[in-house]
Amino acid sequence: MTDAAPVIARGLVKRYGDIVAVAGVDLTVEPGDVFGYLGPNGAGKTTSLRMMLGLIRPTAGSAKLFGRDPIVDGVKALEGVAGFVEGPAFYPYLSGRRNLQLLADYDEPNSSSLIEEVLETVELRDRAKDRVGGYSHGMRQRLGIAAALLRQPRLLLLDEPATGLDPAGMRDMRDLIRRLAGEGLTIMLSSHLLYEVEELCNRVAIIRKGSIVYEGQLGDLLATATTSYRLKTRDPERARTICLNQSGVENVTIEGDELRFSADEDAVAALSVALGQARVAITQLVAEVASLEELFLGMTGGESSDHDRQAVAS
Amino acid sequence: MIGVARVYRWELAKLLAQKRTYLGLGTAMIVPVIFVVVLQFQSGGPTDVPLGRYIRDSGVVTPLIVLLFMSIWGFPLIAALVAGDIVASESHNGTLKTILTRSRERGQVFAGKALAAFTYTLSAVVAMGVVGVIAGSIAFGFHSFTSLSGTPVSAVRGLALMLASLAVYVVPLAGIAAFGLLVSTVTRNSAASVVSTLMFALFMQLIGVLPGTESIRPYLLGTQFDAWHGFLRTPTDWTPVVRAMWVSAIYIFVPLFGAYLVFVRRDVAGD
Ligand SMILES: Nc1ncnc2c1ncn2[C@@H]1O[C@H](COP(=O)(O)OP(=O)(O)O)[C@@H](O)[C@H]1O
Ligand SMILES: [Mg+2]
Repeated sequence: MTDAAPVIARGLVKRYGDIVAVAGVDLTVEPGDVFGYLGPNGAGKTTSLRMMLGLIRPTAGSAKLFGRDPIVDGVKALEGVAGFVEGPAFYPYLSGRRNLQLLADYDEPNSSSLIEEVLETVELRDRAKDRVGGYSHGMRQRLGIAAALLRQPRLLLLDEPATGLDPAGMRDMRDLIRRLAGEGLTIMLSSHLLYEVEELCNRVAIIRKGSIVYEGQLGDLLATATTSYRLKTRDPERARTICLNQSGVENVTIEGDELRFSADEDAVAALSVALGQARVAITQLVAEVASLEELFLGMTGGESSDHDRQAVAS
Repeated sequence: MIGVARVYRWELAKLLAQKRTYLGLGTAMIVPVIFVVVLQFQSGGPTDVPLGRYIRDSGVVTPLIVLLFMSIWGFPLIAALVAGDIVASESHNGTLKTILTRSRERGQVFAGKALAAFTYTLSAVVAMGVVGVIAGSIAFGFHSFTSLSGTPVSAVRGLALMLASLAVYVVPLAGIAAFGLLVSTVTRNSAASVVSTLMFALFMQLIGVLPGTESIRPYLLGTQFDAWHGFLRTPTDWTPVVRAMWVSAIYIFVPLFGAYLVFVRRDVAGD
């Protein structure tokens, strides 16, 4: 059983009355993956993760963790698994350390000997004696990771771990996740922010309105992406003509002396050669970072909010 | 079992860290003090209740009279305050999902919570009894008094009977707590659970005083709060005591089992 994949979801469905929260999710997380579970708000990410953690019963289908189904095997299915959904929750009237002591006592084997170590890992040691009620959102997120690490998991399930953090907190969170992944943990993390996933994950699944619309290597997804570019040359008019005649270069527009177009990598390479041969001097050729964003918008039906784009820019 | 013991220990620790626990225990301890103080300034007494005429004879009688007054809603409210909250507050705060994703089975978590709610209920009654005897003895002395059958009862024997009475009194009160646990589990709303548990207790009292309910009266939960009177008769009348045990057991185990079934199966989603 131990060689079964960390997460295998098959035909996972959850309905609340008439509301279909998850319409049918199939996905597999392989050992060593940092797996991004992407989708806009309300797509069904949290509901999927709840089913994986055995917090709610699937209406149909199953989610197995290392081959064990939490509905059939109860908390035994969570052996070697830790994580949180929808923001980690703690007892506000107890200190951070005391919260971890409680959770360590709920673990089998008891994990209290690791408390100081995990507090150190998430850099909360000097605030551990304070009541969680006074913690910032970022501190709670980090305490959530600490609580998960207490279980010495082989699989971490994290629901929007960086959402709501300030830029510095987000960077810390990303560094932490990268470090944990470097130590060999398999991590599945959900996000509605693409750039988080783009930097961290090797594989992704994209969920839209409860269904998976893409699952695979992040690299493959990026390779199919038509990226948008900004081009500045000494001769914008001639450059424009060349662009318009270059196959694979689409949506060419001109704004002042700057051209914009979308293309894949091969087409851009060919274009730069063509410009050179025509002796049109390039002063700037810049790929826009929002590549996956655009792809994502296309896949998820343009439901991504302005907030996401702002965050991408920051 | 170790799992349940661990959960139970932490449930008690959590209760000790929460204000509402002290509100309940504090109320249980302050009522007998107020009662004794008021009697110090008044010449009359609660002569219309059993033992009321002997209130000034001995401090041992004080907790028993307070029991009578707190049966209507005092103790049910104190019990409901924690039992109605103990599951609902964790649903509300989201901590239920935190503890249910560790290594304890849901049944263990529920058992620990139920035991903690009952422990608190017992503590409130014991606290009232201890404070009542001390306050009463300071005011009226630690003397012998007259039983419900008109026979004299020594102070020490009276103390033992009083403790036995508290023990028998706690059992129907645990029935109220069990009902509180059920609504707490089902509604996931702390305030609604506390209120509806109190309503349930008042309703039980109410149907007991309506005309035409004589035949079912012995089987109502409210009736069992008077079972301890049996200890203060000579010879001891075991009939109400025995009935209180099995009738209360039904009122405890039916809602408790219902709450358990809901708890182990329910969806733990944000609400
Ligand atoms: N307990 C619930 N009762 C009813 N509807 C729910 C419940 N939980 C989630 N939903 C609905 O299911 C959909 C998916 O929610 P969720 O899984 O939280 O999405 P995400 O985490 O991707 O933002 C949403 O439309 C949400 O309103
Ligand atoms: Mg969510």
